Amino acid sequence: MQERHRLGEEEITRELLRPLVTTTPMMWVGFIGLGAVLAIFVFAVSWMFYWGLGVTGLQRPNMWGFMIVNFVFWIGISHAGVMISAILRLTQAEWRRPVTRAAEVMTIFSLMTAMLHPVIHTGRPWRTLYWVFPYDFWRNLWPDVRGPLVWDPSAILTYLTGSTLFLYTTMIPDMALARDRTIGWRKVLYTILALGWRGNERQWKMQTIAGFLLSGLILPVFVSVHSIVSWDFAVSLVPTWHATVFAPYFVIGAIHSGVSAVVTLMALMRWLFRFDHYIRLEHFDAIGRLLIAVGTGWLWFFLLDIFFAIYPQEARELEIMDFRLFQWPFNVLTALIFIFGYFIPVPIWIFQRFRRNVKIMFWTSILVNVGMWAERYWLIKPGLMRKYEWTFDWNWYRPSIVEISIVLGSFALVGFLLLVFSKIFPPISVWEEKEGQHFAQQLQVGKRVVNAIVREF
Amino acid sequence: MAIREVLGLYRDLDSAVAAADALREAGFSRNEFEVLSNAPYPEGTFGEESGIHRLFVFPLIGAACGFAAGLLITGGTQLSYPLVTGGKPLLSIPPMIIIMYEGTMLGALIFTVLGVLFESRLPWIGRALYDSRITQGYIGILVRTAPEREARAIEALRKANPEDILTEGGKTGQQPARG
Repeated sequence: MQERHRLGEEEITRELLRPLVTTTPMMWVGFIGLGAVLAIFVFAVSWMFYWGLGVTGLQRPNMWGFMIVNFVFWIGISHAGVMISAILRLTQAEWRRPVTRAAEVMTIFSLMTAMLHPVIHTGRPWRTLYWVFPYDFWRNLWPDVRGPLVWDPSAILTYLTGSTLFLYTTMIPDMALARDRTIGWRKVLYTILALGWRGNERQWKMQTIAGFLLSGLILPVFVSVHSIVSWDFAVSLVPTWHATVFAPYFVIGAIHSGVSAVVTLMALMRWLFRFDHYIRLEHFDAIGRLLIAVGTGWLWFFLLDIFFAIYPQEARELEIMDFRLFQWPFNVLTALIFIFGYFIPVPIWIFQRFRRNVKIMFWTSILVNVGMWAERYWLIKPGLMRKYEWTFDWNWYRPSIVEISIVLGSFALVGFLLLVFSKIFPPISVWEEKEGQHFAQQLQVGKRVVNAIVREF
Repeated sequence: MAIREVLGLYRDLDSAVAAADALREAGFSRNEFEVLSNAPYPEGTFGEESGIHRLFVFPLIGAACGFAAGLLITGGTQLSYPLVTGGKPLLSIPPMIIIMYEGTMLGALIFTVLGVLFESRLPWIGRALYDSRITQGYIGILVRTAPEREARAIEALRKANPEDILTEGGKTGQQPARG
């Protein structure tokens, strides 16, 4: 990349391993603040387990509420991590290097947090897990494979396993680096994780091929996961859920929110760890351009979803779409989704000077995710509130303080896990940064010398 | 036949490339030495190395296993407790495809990682000459050769101005390059 600083091997190592050995005041603030919210989360969940689901706002017909909305949101966030990492690796985009590790880690923690929600949402998770896992061979009774609630965990577990293996494989060389520089428990941990890595040519070659192969394999999984999550809703007969467009719509929405979350993470890493030499303005510029395309794609599917609901002129669909678009409070929510999800951020991202402004990128990425959380709520709740035809079966959903605490706590959980990760493992891939330095060249073009990159095929 | 190891450590890329050239000139084939570094260099930097591997077979085997597992879980569970629901066929193909697809991809992913480890010869628990300075940015040239050629390997490595030369018997120390 044109703005790359020529850094020495030792400098790169020292700077990228710094979060492991030093804890800045901002990191302490992060640990304490997020830990406090996490404690509230644990208390809220425990309270719900003790007293039962009566402490939530769930009631007939609103049996899916904030926890399921939040589940869909976190699955969405998890998407961009591996998508960014895999697509950029496959296309050998040079600006991937400082982004991939954090994005992959975010995928894993988001997925874990997402998976927590359907389990705790049952109120008695130990009973749920008893019935579904492991498969009960003794009584010859099985979960029904025709139900999307079986497809969903199979897809998410595949994605989680694949993402974790993907991350671990790319971390092995950095584990060897940490092994050779640490003592005590850290040395034991890194020695085990490094698997005896020595860094010979064959091992590097396998790393490179693994990057391509795993990227190629994880991309179809990533598309399948949110498609299948969308079928949790789309294969039901609930009005406005029963839409064929749901699968691609959910996937593009996931990418929109997830890529925005990567921007948030990049800004936070730059501020927290002072990684200015690695996460540069050109990276925000590049990802901002990507977000314009993704955001516009999402808007298209958002409109398609409305169009498909209106076009067949089915009374129930029209009724609930009218409820979603024009009646309080969903009319306000619709406007908020439009404004936060598209009409504020995208026009801003069109201008390069804003794309290269970290604060603006940070706040617009937060706006997108506020909009996208609202979009998940908007997609799921109105149809459920008016699920049945008779008005005496209609009901409003009012989330309780317990559910609100769980939602807020889920953000703290992901943030806390990311911070803990960055205290144990390098948040930016050290070997990939060094590889970038090795592959950086200066090319003579006429009388000028320009920066260039060696690219292998 | 006993094999002896000699590790030359070089501070910079030019010296390491010179060492690789010196080894070739001294009659060592590319299979007899390997380059250890803390990050990959463009392929061919140290001359052609033998790159035969079967990594691409692993995901295929994994995919086949995962597909079979998916088929077994979906088909087997439906047939072993044949409960007709809603007059639908007992074996419901579309949902089976979903699970089989995920199984296929999961198998392919797991086997790819196993393949990477296998082809990288990891986990490595054997003894081999290594120096932690390699992860600091030094480049190591590790020669594996017959005991009678060890001296010739050391001599070739010394020609490229090494920072250090390690043998199984211990350090031989840095020697100035001969003109």
